[in-house]
Amino acid sequence: MKNRHLTWLALVLALMMVLVACGDSTDDTTAGTDAPDVTTAPDATTAPDDTSAPDDTSAPDDTAPSTDTTAAPAAPFRIAIVAPSASNDLAFTQSIVDAVNVIKSEMGNVEVAVTDGTFIVEDAAAAIRGYASEGYDLVIAHGSQYGGSLQEIAPDFPDVSFAWGTAADTFGLDNVYSYEAASDEGGYVMGVMAAALSETGTIGIVGPIEVGDAKLYVDGFAAGAMAQDPGAKVNINYTGSFSDVALASEAAQAHAAAGADVMSGTAQMVVGAVGVADEVGALWFGTQANQTSLASDIVVASQVYHWEVILREIIANLNSGTMGGEIYTINLANGGEVIEFNPDYSLPDEVRQLADATIAGIIDGSISTGQ
Amino acid sequence: MSQFFTQAVLIAAVASGIRLAVPLLLASLGETFGQRSGVLNLGVDGIMLLGAFGGYYTVLKTDNVWLGLAMGVGVGIILGLVSAVISVTLKAEQGISGIGIYLFGLGMSDLLFQKLVGTPLPVSSFPKLDIPGLSDIPILGAMLFRHSIIVYVAFGLVPISMYIINRTTFGMNIRAVGENPEAADSLGVSVVRIRYLTVTIGGMMAGIAGAALAIDLGIFQQNLTNAQGFIAIALVYFGAWRPAGVMAGSLLYGFVNSVVLQFKTLGIIPRSWSDIAAMAPAIITILALVLVARRFRQPAALTKPFTRGT
Repeated sequence: MKNRHLTWLALVLALMMVLVACGDSTDDTTAGTDAPDVTTAPDATTAPDDTSAPDDTSAPDDTAPSTDTTAAPAAPFRIAIVAPSASNDLAFTQSIVDAVNVIKSEMGNVEVAVTDGTFIVEDAAAAIRGYASEGYDLVIAHGSQYGGSLQEIAPDFPDVSFAWGTAADTFGLDNVYSYEAASDEGGYVMGVMAAALSETGTIGIVGPIEVGDAKLYVDGFAAGAMAQDPGAKVNINYTGSFSDVALASEAAQAHAAAGADVMSGTAQMVVGAVGVADEVGALWFGTQANQTSLASDIVVASQVYHWEVILREIIANLNSGTMGGEIYTINLANGGEVIEFNPDYSLPDEVRQLADATIAGIIDGSISTGQ
Repeated sequence: MSQFFTQAVLIAAVASGIRLAVPLLLASLGETFGQRSGVLNLGVDGIMLLGAFGGYYTVLKTDNVWLGLAMGVGVGIILGLVSAVISVTLKAEQGISGIGIYLFGLGMSDLLFQKLVGTPLPVSSFPKLDIPGLSDIPILGAMLFRHSIIVYVAFGLVPISMYIINRTTFGMNIRAVGENPEAADSLGVSVVRIRYLTVTIGGMMAGIAGAALAIDLGIFQQNLTNAQGFIAIALVYFGAWRPAGVMAGSLLYGFVNSVVLQFKTLGIIPRSWSDIAAMAPAIITILALVLVARRFRQPAALTKPFTRGT
């Protein structure tokens, strides 16, 4: 009798694990199908022609058998993504998923696999190793916290190319690319606009942990705000977590209590802060992905990452036999960072012109973000 | 430092601390029932996550926060029953089975969110309720009596829980089963029935806690609870298995968090100390409550499966 109970328990737990595993990996990605409204990219940038995410339903069906009986179908280019948060987080993970979807729509014969939500590094390491074992052409480890794991895994798979970000370190390995975002550039532009729009002169920024592109964005934002209005008060609050939505929400409440009427923040937990900004009537500036859908009345603009700019180069290198060893940066000049304005927000013309001039200045080098 | 002692900031800090305490309080009150009867449920966070998604999705589809809360109740009851089957009937090792429930809740809530919703969409939050008369008291009114309804519900459940555990036959049976199930059984108390009820109550409260969190934030995201369920379990230990104790622990955790946030916002804590400051709520709460909890002992039968005749 006891053994039968244990058998049932084992079956229940096994079923649970299967169900959980079902949520881990997908052959296709749907994040980004709620594409932001196409917005006007600044003239000075070389923004991609199409900034909206592709409709996955229009993507070629890679798994369909070829009707061409005279030749075997070409093997698809296989890309795997391992990322710490949800594919549709309107932030860090969505930015890379959207970019790979763009690549897929451009190349056609691409197979994409995603393991998201691997905020536990050991889980991510297992996924990275798993994809490498399966012979994926490019395994993207989208998280600076995955660096240590990648350093151990990549040498075991010399025929697999890895891309890792955000970081500027390939560990001296020939099959590792690294990529980073000059998020201080977009942050600076946002800061300039924020100071121009603030009536109280107090601006609040919610950050996760003071590292990587989050720190760059926050510092750039603060520098831009102070450049526009040296008398502005820029309050910065790092919650200590990339995922604590409730804490980000309360951090925004703290900014509101301190008088902030314009706010910004970076990382996936800011969805909580945007809600508070909407509630108290503060303006919001987004980053990493277009956050207009969270509160279309108050989101002024978002700095959107377009990693496809560097993914194209990585894939071109792979096709020419270079497996890694390069470090890439997206920025305003190469179109990897684009300021997308919310068409539903009536941005005063002078502020828009100020933003465009700031973008142009950063691109031509006449404006420094100080980072 | 003087910036902190302004009326606006003090009000914001106290109100924030109370809001942060609510999910912890709801979950830890429910877990108190289970642990007092001898059952440890480590799956609280998983139940909270599924309650959070259930509540959020219901509000997204119906725009009715009460239906969302009811969904949290339903999800919590179902998962509470599952937990009870595993730990009481199947007598599984409670720590391991709880982790299974947690992982199930973590993965399933994310899977359902990805498949049914996709990109996070804001939903309605609980309505605010200014308590007539009390909300007009200078300073205190804004701190304590201008919250969303779920806040009053959560704190209102504390005296109710105290009454049930300490003043009712059901509560006496819970305590007896948690201390000496064999003796309770010999006196005709159904240990299995009591434990089923308490674990189901715990599941229901965890479901409510998750739904309350998601609806009050007006959003759902993967791993929304950010391990609050595990903090709630710890608060039961450190709150000495008493509703008033877990309320004190929840409030302490919430207040330390809110004060740290205000200090960082105002620049009182240097940015270079942000990471250390982020650990302060957990460290201070644990230290404070360890000092209190040392005077109490856990239910004697906690985590021990009951088999009649052993």
